[in-house]
Amino acid sequence: VRKLLSIVFKGAAAVVSARTYADFTNEATFEIKKCDTFKLDEGPATQVVMTRDEGLQYYRTMQTMRRMELKADQLYKQKIIRGFCHLYDGQEACAVGIEAAINLSDHLITAYRAHGYTYTRGGTVKKIMAELTGRRGGIAKGKGGSMHMYCKHFYGGNGIVGAQVPLGAGVALACKYQGNSELCVCLYGDGAANQGQIFETYNMAALWKLPVIFICENNGYGMGTSVERAAASTDYFKRGEFIPGVRVDGMDVLCVREASRFAADYCRSGKGPILMELQTYRYHGHSMSDPGVSYRTREEIQEVRSKSDPISMLKDRMLSNNMASVEELKEIDVEVRKEIEDAAQFATTDPEPPLEDLCNHIFHNNPPLEVRGTNPWSKLKSVS
Amino acid sequence: NEQKGQKTPATVTVRDALNQAMDEELERDERVFLLGEEVAQYDGAYKVSRGLWKKYGDKRIIDTPISEMGFAGIAVGAAMAGLRPICEFMTFNFSMQAIDQVINSAAKTCYMSAGLQAVPIVFRGPNGASAGVAAQHSQCFAAWYAHCPGLKVVSPWNSEDAKGLLKSSIRDDNPVVFLENELLYGVPFEMSEEAQSKDFTIPIGKAKVERAGSHITLVSHSRYVGHCLDAAAVLAKEGIECEVINLRTIRPMDVESIEASVMKTNHLVTVEGGWPQFGVGAEICARIMEGSAFNYLDSPVTRVTGVDIPMPYAKILEDHSLPQIKDIIFSVKKTLNV
Repeated sequence: VRKLLSIVFKGAAAVVSARTYADFTNEATFEIKKCDTFKLDEGPATQVVMTRDEGLQYYRTMQTMRRMELKADQLYKQKIIRGFCHLYDGQEACAVGIEAAINLSDHLITAYRAHGYTYTRGGTVKKIMAELTGRRGGIAKGKGGSMHMYCKHFYGGNGIVGAQVPLGAGVALACKYQGNSELCVCLYGDGAANQGQIFETYNMAALWKLPVIFICENNGYGMGTSVERAAASTDYFKRGEFIPGVRVDGMDVLCVREASRFAADYCRSGKGPILMELQTYRYHGHSMSDPGVSYRTREEIQEVRSKSDPISMLKDRMLSNNMASVEELKEIDVEVRKEIEDAAQFATTDPEPPLEDLCNHIFHNNPPLEVRGTNPWSKLKSVS
Repeated sequence: NEQKGQKTPATVTVRDALNQAMDEELERDERVFLLGEEVAQYDGAYKVSRGLWKKYGDKRIIDTPISEMGFAGIAVGAAMAGLRPICEFMTFNFSMQAIDQVINSAAKTCYMSAGLQAVPIVFRGPNGASAGVAAQHSQCFAAWYAHCPGLKVVSPWNSEDAKGLLKSSIRDDNPVVFLENELLYGVPFEMSEEAQSKDFTIPIGKAKVERAGSHITLVSHSRYVGHCLDAAAVLAKEGIECEVINLRTIRPMDVESIEASVMKTNHLVTVEGGWPQFGVGAEICARIMEGSAFNYLDSPVTRVTGVDIPMPYAKILEDHSLPQIKDIIFSVKKTLNV
């Protein structure tokens, strides 16, 4: 019967999700890497269960993020995207694993490498790409760009390194204040980890037992500076000193998910903040203006790609445990590719914002006001 | 002398007016809360928040460690997530540590998000010179903050201003920088019964003519409004009638009120405590030049400002670093060429 179906499959653009197929394993248990812990008696579980549906969803989401970033790379080189563009490819397991452990009613904030998180938090590929190309259909109507994308319970997209960390603790304070059992996931990189305001935030978050999960996405490099050259201690999961920490394999979506579940439980129990370090890797340079090979070797990048790619790892797991077929995953790839192409099409054809929008949205809930243009006779209108 | 139906004014210090404003707004909206150094158990470094912690408790009146950048960022994050924080800087000199959060995280976010993400926050605290606190504790930040789109910058003078404007600032859905003055905290002013009511607000962005006059316009904000009125009283004895305008709001500036006055008096003097270069007075000069009132000027606008130096300590030096009433009188006469 399988042979028959694969023949049928080759011809049609089948909808994969309808196949709850008796031949596939519906769920499997996986052994994952044990996390290093700091100031914790026990850490996240090392034996985890993943269902077929979960696996397919993680695969689709990571693949969508991967292809979206690669398309952005392409559009940037064609000069259709301009300015700053910090790509996330390689780090997909982090965003997907975290989101798998929390709810959309929880909150999340990150820095500028934010396209992936904008997607997992509910932004569409179409609106993300149109924001990158600066069009009126962008998620921020073309006003924000790559580093300033927002959606419900997602506070960006922040350009100033480290500034998002106090903001995230503030969101957590609001959660505690409002008594809603929500938490805030507050991300920063290995570069930002040396910012003073992060230590100020650790102090207040611990003092006030704020429901915040601090997550350091350690991809080994802060722009062109390797972690060894930037930090006296590269044990980022310990830098919270009085905040318990976990160090996690950030290339394994199940590791990230399990650790995030552990952290979320900790937070929601009212114990206060917890810190996670996700060891991950970015394939691209810091941004599109950084080739990414002056401070690391191509061999290193290639080695990570071949041995630790998060999407390949998940794919291998699913195939070797009979949780999906090669064709099925290929089908997802085809669908993803189409979604990205359609989004790119929209992002390159949607018009730029109207000039009338130039001065709008300075304020919220404000009567219209006049804004001075470039010269005294230029009186522009601003509505909120 | 209370008559039936007549409003009974009361004498209220600026400190108490600010306290009342916060108390009323805390009571009115449970999302409002106050955080800053010493605001709770110490009753406020300058006692502005006296009694509030006792009344509202730890949840709503929060003592912070000495971490301006951190707690200002936390306040902004809380505002993004639906609360309405009042973030106190012990003085605005310390706000420099946190200025990135005020400008990049608070002021610009509504615009960057195309209106998706509002930041209803008030940053308040004493601004400008005090008495003998020397260079690092005496700077006026009106011009710095008023430079930035996305912020509203308010600078009250008397108790009525303080109360009405702080209430409006707290109710505003946007980031407001609220510049108080330490030397005014203890000064009592009459407040009408209307101003004492729980719903009394003063709109942000509207100046007030404190004294009508026909010969020359004096525009000022905060403490120097009082200096202008004192100068006007002296000048009146010599037959010079000054119109004194209290800006109340630095950004958005009510240029129309200034222009209307200049079209009547034909002469303008600005008075501020801050440094001259790129300051509030400089902005007023530029705006007058660009607008309809320019043709009504009989002489160039004069700026009276703080001296262009870091604030010295010795009393005689400090006194000569800031505009005195005699400086205003001198400048008025020079502008009028009398």
